[in-house]
Amino acid sequence: MNPPTPLFSYILRQADNVLILGQRLSEWCGHGPILEQDIALTNFALDLIGQARSLYQYAAEVEGKGRSEDDLAYLRDGFDFYNVLLVELPKGDFGHTMTRQFFFDAYNYYFYQQLQKSSDPTLAAIAEKSIKEVTYHLRYSSEWMIRLGDGTEESHRRMQTAVDALWAYTGELYTPDAIDQELLAAGIAVDLGRLQQHWQQRVREILTAATLDIPTETWMQKGGKQGRHTEHLGYVLAEMQYLQRTYPNSEW
Amino acid sequence: MQHLEEKFQAKIDAEIKIEPKDWMPERYRKTLIRQISQHAHSEIVGMLPEGNWITRAPSLRRKLALLAKVQDEAGHGLYLYSACETLGVSRDELLEQLHTGEAKYSSIFNYPTLTWADMGVVGWLVDGAAIMNQVPLCRCSYGPYARAMVRVCKEESFHQRQGYEILLTLSKGTEAQKRMLQDAIDRWWWPALMMFGPSDKDSKHTLQSMKWKIKRFTNDELRQKFVDVCAEQVKLLNATLPDPDLKWNEERGHYDFGAINWEEFWQVVKGNGPCNKERVEARRKAYAEGAWVREAAMAHAEKRRQRQATATAQSA
Repeated sequence: MNPPTPLFSYILRQADNVLILGQRLSEWCGHGPILEQDIALTNFALDLIGQARSLYQYAAEVEGKGRSEDDLAYLRDGFDFYNVLLVELPKGDFGHTMTRQFFFDAYNYYFYQQLQKSSDPTLAAIAEKSIKEVTYHLRYSSEWMIRLGDGTEESHRRMQTAVDALWAYTGELYTPDAIDQELLAAGIAVDLGRLQQHWQQRVREILTAATLDIPTETWMQKGGKQGRHTEHLGYVLAEMQYLQRTYPNSEW
Repeated sequence: MQHLEEKFQAKIDAEIKIEPKDWMPERYRKTLIRQISQHAHSEIVGMLPEGNWITRAPSLRRKLALLAKVQDEAGHGLYLYSACETLGVSRDELLEQLHTGEAKYSSIFNYPTLTWADMGVVGWLVDGAAIMNQVPLCRCSYGPYARAMVRVCKEESFHQRQGYEILLTLSKGTEAQKRMLQDAIDRWWWPALMMFGPSDKDSKHTLQSMKWKIKRFTNDELRQKFVDVCAEQVKLLNATLPDPDLKWNEERGHYDFGAINWEEFWQVVKGNGPCNKERVEARRKAYAEGAWVREAAMAHAEKRRQRQATATAQSA
């Protein structure tokens, strides 16, 4: 089998990011701490999985092997998923979920902001549509970071714990590899170096407003973008893919 | 007092809506709180059996539709809790009643969702039965409830079509999918019939509620209407309803159907259904685990208020 083209891998990375995070968020549906927040988290899941569909459809077209969006979501195994590790981690408590969301939203916002100017017109169009949603996500998760960080003693402690636990998974969001560099040179991909500056500035600003300490740890986990995952992804996929795997070649 | 009651009943008889600030008999208020809060709780608890399949939905399109549907139910819960609050009771009090088991919710949600076909059957039968119960409520005498129900019913009928479409797809699918479909109908049919409540002769609230125009049709009238519709719709699915006594009665112009197992109904109402404990426990857990979030949100709002007051004082 030929290795996937850089463009195909690049699209899948973002598609997998938003699908897996959407899947994780949807675990909250019916279990949120406040009815209004239950509805909001479900909205995010809807937006992200909607983005995933557009991206998978485009990836399938780029690949040109007749696969569908569902083939890509439901019939690949973990080592062919290219999402960052951050999005596959268990949802934890509401503070953990919100911190992960904030770290990802800050990435996602600056990612789509730049991608709107991609020389690839389909990616630019998807970015233009998505950034409207993500702008709201980032505002919402930023507000909750501040509210919970600067709320009660307990909420502050929980938020600091979440920030510390998730910090090592943030580096992967803005660390480029050969695929990023090749497609950046072609005018297609996002400049992750620039994204990193924006991301760090936004995160500093919000964590400070939330009275939370910015971790000093610099060691970062990585591997998701190359298909090397945590133990958690296998379970996410087992659950998500079970019907398609148990009853192959069926219409649903 | 006598005079007020008469004026009140005269308004109802003239189809004039009762609004929150209007005088109303205490029993009318209590009946509405009971009914609207039960309804709100049913929406919230009803999120659980369907939420159970979101992470396993078999395609991205189905996953989005199911997520949106369950989210609509949360939205219905919101409108209904708000309608209930107009009667002078807070959402927290109502949730407390749900968590202690003092308040009821629709017993149908105490049944488990075991296969993907359940997502179709819940839409077709459970939402279908709910719609039959709810459409007349759009004309209910209490204004805020009637208006909330108009919105709820619009979305419910969309859900019902969506559910039926899942089933149509299964009915045209593989043998395994057809088996899934029939199995789900077999499990949900009788509980769905029970959703209309006890038979008229055993229903303790019906008479008064009809007089107050909170209710417009009796339980048995609505149940018959439901059977008549479903007996036809099931044919298009190439499936059957699990009732050997189901038969068209030319004389009555309705389908006859078999006896309902009321012993099962009352057992589930009493808390002995397959999932009663899990459902209430899931709600309690969500509420308890969310306590720190709600407290923090309040504490933060208070801090902001104080900071703003200080800033205003300093600039003055």
